[in-house]
Amino acid sequence: MSWGESRTITLTVNGTSYTREVEVRFHLADVLRHELGLTGTHLGCEHGVCGACTVLINGRSARSCLMLAVQADGAEITTIEGIADIDGPHAGGLHPLQEAFREFHGLQCGFCTPGMLTTLIELLRDNPAPTEEEVRIAISGNLCRCTGYQGIVDAALATAKNLREATAPA
Amino acid sequence: MNEIRSISAKQVGRDVPRLESRQKVTGRAEYTHNITLPGMLYAKLCRSTVAHGRILSIDVSAARDLPGVHAVYTGETIRTLIAEPYFGPAFHDQPILAIGKVHFVGEPIAVVLAADPYVAAEAAQMIVAEYEELPAVFDEVEAMTSAAIVHETLKPAGTFADLKHLSGKSNTNVALDYQLRRGDTDAAFAAAEHVFEHEFHTQQVMHTPLEPMVSIAEPGDNCLTIYTASQSPSFVCTEIARLFGWRENQVRVKVPYLGGGFGAKLYIKLEALVAAAAMLARRPVKLSLTMEEQFYTITKHASTFRIKSAVNKDGRITARRCEIFWNGGAFADIGPRVTQKSGFTSPGPYDIDNVSVDSYALYTNRPPAGALRGFGIPQLVWAYESHTDLLARGIGMDAVEFRRRNLLREGRPQATGTLMHDAAIIEVLDKTAELMNWTAPFERGEGVIRRGRAIAIGFKAVVAPTTSGAIVNLSADGSAALYMSTVDMGQGSDTAMAQIVAETLGLVAERVKVVHPDTDVTPYDMATLGSRSTFHMGNAVKLASLHALEQLGAMAREVGLPEGTNYEIRDIFLKKYGMQAGNIIGVGSYVPPYTSPQKGTGLSDNVTPFWMVGAAGVELSVDTETGHVTIDRLINVADVGRPLNPAIVATQLSGAAMMQLGFTLFENMDLDHGQVTNASLADYKIPGMHDLPTVMDNVIVDNNQQNGPYGAKGVGETATFGVSPAIANAIEDAVGVRLTSLPLTPESVLRGIRALRGEKLEG
Ligand code: FES
Ligand code: FES
Repeated sequence: MSWGESRTITLTVNGTSYTREVEVRFHLADVLRHELGLTGTHLGCEHGVCGACTVLINGRSARSCLMLAVQADGAEITTIEGIADIDGPHAGGLHPLQEAFREFHGLQCGFCTPGMLTTLIELLRDNPAPTEEEVRIAISGNLCRCTGYQGIVDAALATAKNLREATAPA
Repeated sequence: MNEIRSISAKQVGRDVPRLESRQKVTGRAEYTHNITLPGMLYAKLCRSTVAHGRILSIDVSAARDLPGVHAVYTGETIRTLIAEPYFGPAFHDQPILAIGKVHFVGEPIAVVLAADPYVAAEAAQMIVAEYEELPAVFDEVEAMTSAAIVHETLKPAGTFADLKHLSGKSNTNVALDYQLRRGDTDAAFAAAEHVFEHEFHTQQVMHTPLEPMVSIAEPGDNCLTIYTASQSPSFVCTEIARLFGWRENQVRVKVPYLGGGFGAKLYIKLEALVAAAAMLARRPVKLSLTMEEQFYTITKHASTFRIKSAVNKDGRITARRCEIFWNGGAFADIGPRVTQKSGFTSPGPYDIDNVSVDSYALYTNRPPAGALRGFGIPQLVWAYESHTDLLARGIGMDAVEFRRRNLLREGRPQATGTLMHDAAIIEVLDKTAELMNWTAPFERGEGVIRRGRAIAIGFKAVVAPTTSGAIVNLSADGSAALYMSTVDMGQGSDTAMAQIVAETLGLVAERVKVVHPDTDVTPYDMATLGSRSTFHMGNAVKLASLHALEQLGAMAREVGLPEGTNYEIRDIFLKKYGMQAGNIIGVGSYVPPYTSPQKGTGLSDNVTPFWMVGAAGVELSVDTETGHVTIDRLINVADVGRPLNPAIVATQLSGAAMMQLGFTLFENMDLDHGQVTNASLADYKIPGMHDLPTVMDNVIVDNNQQNGPYGAKGVGETATFGVSPAIANAIEDAVGVRLTSLPLTPESVLRGIRALRGEKLEG
């Protein structure tokens, strides 16, 4: 059954273009998870507080539970499933931030992890040398009930350092 | 390299990255949240709007007529399938859907099924129920004597011997009264130099796992498969079979990763409803709660604790009397176990000759309460460590010295009479004091900012006796798979258990496969709760691994390989079968020895297989103009035995401490006539990044749990113990204000400061 209006939209998600007819009331998260099968984007609160559903839309972090899919028509979207391929040199492997989350135990149940990673990838792109305070501010809108946050901050700072060292002239 | 066998690296005690961490950072880990099945219907609930009332009518006609609605069921429909549709781990008091009356605001009264969840939600709003309201009771102490009775008769489940005497009792809200009597408290109080008496309160809070509760049932021919975010698949299987009058093997329960649990997803929650709905509809049914609905499903007990101590002139506690009232809400859930199993530690980790404990589980018309990271212990430590600080102050003794004088030592009897073993209580206290530089001068702040510091220490006996089973399958190529029903809800059990298998069999932990709970496949486990898995399942896994090793040795001898030679596992199989074939199945099960407490006195010479010990040290600043408290430093010190995976242990400590920080400083379910008025993450704040203390250290002391697997014991709850009282004690140290009710809000601090100055705040 369908309730009223539908529209055809085109989304580029993790580099692949999808054209779908969606109901206008659908949230972007619904379309990602149910229409495209990208279940890595998680829904916690469904009202914009927890940040678990954060994805990158044209490079900016946004809450896919608060945005309608039709609003994203024409956008380039990166979800957790696409992060490993964001930066050319790491294509195929994990993004250094993903590696750091493993190494520094920046995750436990992993439910907040997709939102943490997408948010921090935006931070590190815009600010390759963040202070601890800047890391804390960047993810202050993402909730984690498990870790106590310390491992997440450590992973972000270590990644920034590694990326800087890797790009620094020898 | 895909090396399976371990050359030299120790497998236990190593910071193995979580086995599933790749899946979790790439968005590929499986959660029940993500599962859909062909033909699946979504369930949405209609809930009670009154706290206590007789149901006069439920009109579902408009909902049923909404296009797209597959079916609407009420308690009466469920009864056509199950004559007595009541469930619960301790009492069979919870109806699948309300029957006859409702017991709290938010109790499910009807369910709508539709292929589109939005249609189901819309239809659920169209259901109209009429009630005759009954007087309600919300406070745990009032519930002792209230004329409002939540359940007409008590219906203990029969699983627990100490609840049997309550069967058929009526006209009471007391779901369990537990007593402990040791020595002669009356005489000790009469002879005491000093007597102190205080009352402490905790508020109702909620687990808020980020993955809200979710369950799916798929009907078969006289059988059911349940996919569920549950911490206790074995119990779900048993309870669903009991409800349907089936054999356990007609129910299959599968559990993938959980997006957090903390006790919310224990025993049986949504599973009974989806099972019944699926059998009625003959279609798979999924029920995903919203964050809001979790507040109406399971919470943490609010409590009142009256504590009285006698202290002699040397600063020794000679007697302690504890009276605790647990606000269990409308359904007992596991509350009666909390009342007993935590009740006996309520005098604290102190060596006191004369002790009396009365602990009461109470029904009220609030949302139900169950286990939440500590099984009642944080409520108790909050009270007895606030009280202990007041005793030290009262006799003018240093808070650390006073505790050191009174703490239980190795070999001394705890209040139950059980002798303490492998509990590093003194070491944890001393480590905390050392890390805080306790004997050095402390910067007390200036102007409007005042600084204070304090410590608190608590302990816990693991719930006993409970059973775990495990199977280790050793394949012909030498790789191993572990089959167990411990649920990895984020605590890292898959990794820790793989390390035990690897250590025992000489393999590499990263290459051990862990098969997730599936009651058709994985053996029985009591549940993933109360920090029991590392010890109980850890022992079972070690036994299963040793059993496999023993068979491998026999196979080697049989094929003529000399004892002690370093043959690869695959070579032994090759020699035996002539090709890469066959396998070895190691099985292990573990249940620790235990002595039931005597009725009336609560005494037992073996009440628990191990003790957990945790302390917190706090340095904080109080803004005396706003009452705002900043935690400058939080030190969490724990005795976890020998850590299997130190990095995972550290995250368990930091996570537990942060959670308890929320319960201490701001988390609070606001209730208005039983209605939760802040049931959403927007209104109910949990700790975020800005709440992380400026400095937080997580430290373990060196200890060996002799009966634990490789010296290990439980860790998940330990860092919750000391946080609340340490903060309250430090606030008094900073500004002289003693708070006795959680949460310790800026408002309550400010009111305290103004009261001390004789200035009353309005309102
Ligand atoms: S699910 Fe979108 S912010 Fe919580
Ligand atoms: S790891 Fe569980 S919510 Fe963050």
